[in-house]
Amino acid sequence: MNDIFRIPSVSWRCLRVWQRDRDAYMKFFKLSLLGNLGDPILYLVAMGYGLGRFLNQMEGMSYLEFIAPGLVISSSMFAASFECTYGSFLRMIYMKTYDAIIATPLSIEDVVAGDILWGTTKGMISGTIMFAVVGAFGLIDSFWAVGIPLLIVLVSFLFASLSMAATSFVKTFEAFNYYITLFLTPMFFFSGVFFPLNRLPDWVSVFSKLLPLTYAVEISRALIYGKPSWIVPVGSALLLAPALFFFCVSVNLMKRRVIQ
Amino acid sequence: MQPIILAKNLTKRFGELTAVDSIDFTIHEQDYFGFLGPNGAGKTSTIRMLYGFSPMTAGQLKILGLDIRTAARRIKEQIGVVSQENNLDTDLTVLENLLVYARYFDIPRQEARRRAGDLMAFMQLQAKEKSRVEQLSGGMKRRLVLARALINKPKILLLDEPTTGLDPQARHLIWQRLRSLKSGGTAMILTTHYMEEAAQLCNRVAVMDAGRIIATGTPQEMIRERVGAEVLELRITPELDAQVLRTIADLDLETERYGDTLYLYLPEGHALAKVLTDRLMGINHSEMIHRQATLEDLFLRLTGRELVET
Ligand SMILES: Nc1ncnc2c1ncn2[C@@H]1O[C@H](COP(=O)(O)OP(=O)(O)OP(=O)(O)O)[C@@H](O)[C@H]1O
Ligand SMILES: [Mg+2]
Repeated sequence: MNDIFRIPSVSWRCLRVWQRDRDAYMKFFKLSLLGNLGDPILYLVAMGYGLGRFLNQMEGMSYLEFIAPGLVISSSMFAASFECTYGSFLRMIYMKTYDAIIATPLSIEDVVAGDILWGTTKGMISGTIMFAVVGAFGLIDSFWAVGIPLLIVLVSFLFASLSMAATSFVKTFEAFNYYITLFLTPMFFFSGVFFPLNRLPDWVSVFSKLLPLTYAVEISRALIYGKPSWIVPVGSALLLAPALFFFCVSVNLMKRRVIQ
Repeated sequence: MQPIILAKNLTKRFGELTAVDSIDFTIHEQDYFGFLGPNGAGKTSTIRMLYGFSPMTAGQLKILGLDIRTAARRIKEQIGVVSQENNLDTDLTVLENLLVYARYFDIPRQEARRRAGDLMAFMQLQAKEKSRVEQLSGGMKRRLVLARALINKPKILLLDEPTTGLDPQARHLIWQRLRSLKSGGTAMILTTHYMEEAAQLCNRVAVMDAGRIIATGTPQEMIRERVGAEVLELRITPELDAQVLRTIADLDLETERYGDTLYLYLPEGHALAKVLTDRLMGINHSEMIHRQATLEDLFLRLTGRELVET
């Protein structure tokens, strides 16, 4: 049990795996981008403009303004998560890429860490493009928004690591439905992306406080609209700590799974 | 001469199951060493320990003078692996597979391109350079896995059933290529259930069964010592065995009955075949086959079972 919680020995060679994933991605990136960005852009337009017309101001801003920061962040969450669930599972089980790579000087720790770094990169790509889209809508009105890319990195790394930990338990493709439907989707809806959490029943607010995305969404709003507060440092710490924890745990869990 | 692989009491257990049961073997620089055994004998489990994929449960394993438990990375730098299952990168083309693999070994890009070109030529894959892996035939995939295993110019090549499932032509092409590597000084360890493959490629073999090595030596030596030079297979009903044995009692031959066949093992240097066939003509048999002894016979003699399940 102890060996699940220790710090794994990852070397710089994990970058080789990141390069491999990048090279494979570059061959199909148009398709992949569509998959990652179609949803958040649709939400932004449909909900922001469509639903927004029927809503009054929310927390002193238009509905479009209200949901934009959260959609940037959640697009990172989904892109990183899909990469380190379906993507990594495919490479590990069906393509046996992991097996092939650990016959080279790379260790299994390097391989898993490299895949997590790649998942993080996918999250960064999606988040950055969404950030640009939101900017193009003229929704960014604070210098503090320069902090958003850092937040995107943090969120992507957290969800890449969390998803990899989930993947280490999954036996079939279908089993990811549990992770997505019971974890990611509720997180998406109950972390304050679409509605403020303070006027909901107590149990919902308490529940949402347990979701890491909640802090990320609050930070993103604070930065984009230039109202930084204690939530920025505290929330970041609340994202970084589980990210590092799950990074270590997921590498160790994957090692236990692959090496028999 | 220092052995390149030294295994002592090498053991692999999966829970209750002992896949490799305390085996010893030594492999030298020029060796083409074969592990021969039926399904589940423990061949793959053994190979996987050799490149640190699978941690050994007990024993000692030194490769190129290094301990696998402490120096896996340095050992893997000098090994090429052809695993039992093709694990090519299906996201990439033939050439990309080689280049990306070269990068895992930190081979500079220019050098990697040169080696990839040479290896594609060597394995007759140039025409497929830009093909995706799914577009390759089984034999081509296997050749690509082999090319990939050679990208780091390994001192030791590990081959887990390199030609299983291939047609005779594809198999012969791979055998040729493997033989031509001998002159380059690469040592080779392969597993197979085909005695022909072992005979074609190996100067030493270890016969494995149920996780143990039950015999080692050069194929010819082992066959001569434990089987004989030639074999006479006699398909007769078991009731006639006694009669046959009486007829040939004066020749002092080893015999054995498996299934529908009575096997007579003929030692080297005696022209017994003629005598035997003459004497046995009179006994009612459906078929009589006279042939050279093979590793298959050795396995049969050692375990009482056939090597290749059909
Ligand atoms: N990861 C594993 N977990 C549990 N048991 C395993 C595992 N890998 C192999 N075994 C068992 O170990 C034994 C030896 O298997 P191994 O794959 O080494 O045999 P093999 O000689 O390579 O067989 P084949 O010719 O079919 O490839 C078998 O009984 C197999 O079921
Ligand atoms: Mg095997």
